Amino acid sequence: MRRPRLRVDRERCIGAGMCALTAPEVFDQDPDDGRVLLLRAEPPAALHAAARLAAGLCPSGAIALDEPESGGT
Amino acid sequence: MGEPVHAVPMLPTARRPGCPFDPPEELTDARRHGPISRLTHFGGNPGWLVTGYDLVRSVLADPRFSSRRELMNVVDYELPPAPPGEFLLMDEPRHGRYRKPLVGKFTVRRMRLLTERVEQITTACLDAMEKAGPPADLVTSFAKPIPAIVICELLGVPYEDRGSFQEQIDAFVGGGTDEDELMAAYTATQDYLAGLVAAKRAHPTDDVLSELTDSDLTEEELKGIALVLLVAGLDTTANMLSLGTFALLENPAQLAALRADPALADRAVEELLRYLSVAKSFMRTALEDVELGGQTIEAGTTVVLSYHTANRDPERFADPDTLDIRRQHTGHLAFGHGIHQCLGQQLARVELRVALPALIARFPALRLAVPAEEVGLRPETADIYGVTSLPVTWDTEAS
Repeated sequence: MRRPRLRVDRERCIGAGMCALTAPEVFDQDPDDGRVLLLRAEPPAALHAAARLAAGLCPSGAIALDEPESGGT
Repeated sequence: MGEPVHAVPMLPTARRPGCPFDPPEELTDARRHGPISRLTHFGGNPGWLVTGYDLVRSVLADPRFSSRRELMNVVDYELPPAPPGEFLLMDEPRHGRYRKPLVGKFTVRRMRLLTERVEQITTACLDAMEKAGPPADLVTSFAKPIPAIVICELLGVPYEDRGSFQEQIDAFVGGGTDEDELMAAYTATQDYLAGLVAAKRAHPTDDVLSELTDSDLTEEELKGIALVLLVAGLDTTANMLSLGTFALLENPAQLAALRADPALADRAVEELLRYLSVAKSFMRTALEDVELGGQTIEAGTTVVLSYHTANRDPERFADPDTLDIRRQHTGHLAFGHGIHQCLGQQLARVELRVALPALIARFPALRLAVPAEEVGLRPETADIYGVTSLPVTWDTEAS
């Protein structure tokens, strides 16, 4: 089963911290510049909902989520 | 031409009596007609009003809409560009020059480290309130001092200057009407901050302003940044604390639920942010002709974005006019969206998260000391909505 894959664009990031607040197991903020750090590009199933929410909440559109085609399970 | 578009003659200046937490009826009514309406700005200039959640969010994320003050086409004279450092009223790349060096200082992690200190400050305020005995004005004893002390410590305002400095800021963010007094207080604060920046450069201490002096930012720019942080960090949180308490007192079942289960605090804070939306609206100006909700916004036209009605949009939030602290939602626009989304939002969350539960735990019988209709409200024309004072009382143990 393919997992959704996350990508982050640190140049777009404005450091609002919504991702680190919403899905702290998946995202953190660089302690120096406050910009997004991707901890898990392919988070386990238990974190999918939080990761999706974080991507949706990002104010600058710096998080992209590639959802695999839903086939199989 | 298509369907006639709903038109709002001018932004309302008051809320419906008895509904201090709801957006003015004219704005809610506009949203019922559709997410975008025509609006005449105060200066008579034609513009637009966006009231629906999706559309407000899309404008905030759209670089074709500018935040530059000098482009705001709302009055019959030209507004000056924002002074150095006041980055809320700028676009990229000017905005980024000021925001970027700050971002690392306001991360979720760094703000959470302040929790213990915020708890200490809150406890001290509650102790003083309890010692003085009922009644109290919750604005002066609780809602203002907590964020004021926190932001002063964060910026590095010396302890001995804090009292007079707070008075100065109060004078120009407090919704006063005397223009001369406002200007005098604003100038005094600027002068104070100029001195503070120079002092931090000469003798850096452990605070955000000292850290910033170690950059290519000029004194003038640092002064502007400090002013933004102070005003944004003080008035917004103070009004969320006081108006939030008022809203809880007026919704006793919600207050009881939060008191019974402090684990609801995070959700309660998000819900109060959504429900109250104290930063009610912001403006953007179209840099080119933009199609928006079926309308053409002509280049140079200014659009008012109503965060409050967006946060009460029934298409986005179920039963939006009900305060429900158990609501599991995220994505309210209380802190905005797009590149200007509130820099200090994680600090605000820590302060609200700590202070509101502490207040209701300390005073189990906290209640208004005056009828709700007599609580003084800020006019709708104030940038930040809130109460002017919140008289409360409680029972004391008979000794």
